[in-house]
Amino acid sequence: MFHDIGQAILLFWRTLQALPLLWIHRRKVLEQLFEIGNASLFMACVLSLFIGGVLALQTGPLLVERGLGNVLGGMVGLSMCKELGPVMMAILIAGRIGSAMAAEIGSMTVYQEIDALRTMNISPINYLVLPRIVAICIALPTLVIFAILIGWLGGAVVAANNDLISVPYQTYFSNLESLVQLGDLANGLLKSFAFALAIGIVSCHQGLQTIGGPRGIGRSVTKAVVNSIVLILILDYFLTRMMIHL
Amino acid sequence: MNASNHNSGHGGRVEVRGLRKSFSGEEVLHGVDLRVEPGEIFVIMGPSGSGKSVLLKHLIGLETPDAGEVLIGGEPIATPGLMDRHRMAMVFQSGALLNSLTVGENVGLYLSEHRLKPAPEIEAIVAAKLDLVGLKGAKDRMPNELSGGMKKRASIARALVMEPELILYDEPTSELDPLMAVTIGQEIVNMRRRIHATSIVVSHDRDLAFGIADRIAIIHNGRILCVGSADEVRATPNSVIQEFLNANFKPV
Repeated sequence: MFHDIGQAILLFWRTLQALPLLWIHRRKVLEQLFEIGNASLFMACVLSLFIGGVLALQTGPLLVERGLGNVLGGMVGLSMCKELGPVMMAILIAGRIGSAMAAEIGSMTVYQEIDALRTMNISPINYLVLPRIVAICIALPTLVIFAILIGWLGGAVVAANNDLISVPYQTYFSNLESLVQLGDLANGLLKSFAFALAIGIVSCHQGLQTIGGPRGIGRSVTKAVVNSIVLILILDYFLTRMMIHL
Repeated sequence: MNASNHNSGHGGRVEVRGLRKSFSGEEVLHGVDLRVEPGEIFVIMGPSGSGKSVLLKHLIGLETPDAGEVLIGGEPIATPGLMDRHRMAMVFQSGALLNSLTVGENVGLYLSEHRLKPAPEIEAIVAAKLDLVGLKGAKDRMPNELSGGMKKRASIARALVMEPELILYDEPTSELDPLMAVTIGQEIVNMRRRIHATSIVVSHDRDLAFGIADRIAIIHNGRILCVGSADEVRATPNSVIQEFLNANFKPV
């Protein structure tokens, strides 16, 4: 395990060193951005719509019962912004994109395509890892913005139309507006950037470490997704603690 | 053929000294020593599992030795910038074409990634090299649309584009029909004639080895048993070598 962590940190360091070459690889970054956005935007919207809705449904009746229905918008708004938007989107992206990254790089490793790149003096880090990590670091925070907005909307729809809640749109959004600050949004985006880095590094590292045939690729994909999710949740705790003190 | 006849100064000299390599505690190369002269076609033969491909991977820096060293043009393979000074190419057994790129993009990858030529010139070079290996018109096809032999030829075209000093072939004629195997063998010889590259071929194809090699090395269980011209290898009395060279189906 410590060997794996050390190698992942080394991969992160080498990717950082390759950053000045980003402009040369801009086309690959755009291709990856399209892949990630195209594969995930619809799912991200559906997921966050229902998360916002469930959040309102779970808390709305309790708040209304205690005469606190007017704070529902702020509660859903803050939850989506600071916690559920970044974490749920990161888990979705780990499953959809992290697995695809590990599988693609893993199959390139197994079928000697990475070796072929090395013999052409083309660094797999510059050619494969850098564009993927930069793309996921742009795409995940962008998806989180969509997720937060759609989540707010989902909460509002449930709050307004559920008989047990019946909080009008105007009350919901005015409370949301007064409670949610720009700093809260920045908080969520910063978290999602850290999660994106973790997913990218873990998935690319697992892909590059693949050995054996199709079974090895399957193992790498599973490890990439599981390790990414574990890392997301651990990071979430420490980042939340850190941000509380800011 | 004699290697000294082909020394043009373009090909790289390769030296292997005391090379040892183990995987999971099992030693697969037991102190291999070799010297390949510039411009030479050097064939490494041996049965499956004898360490040929592992040796080849060390020669291009894909594996790191546990002990010993590999020198390219007198410099250790791990020297920074060596791959820039001595262009080396490898033709993989499977072709190892990048499946996400077209055949044309694969062949031109070295030039485009290192920005060595403008795009129209790369296109012209790619077309010429594909034509040379009999893949005219395959530029826009994806690797998964090609047969095993076509993939191998595309891989040779990719190596040709690099105009290498040293070119390594891993089982270049496996999966090929006899006619195509002859074409590929001829292409290895032609490549030496055209660009004076040093060629190291790993194969257990006896016809290929005796047809194109200046010198042949026989490797068995991670040890070099003999090195010499085709006639010298044929005349070696070692029973393992004789058994390997004379293995044939017996009529029932």
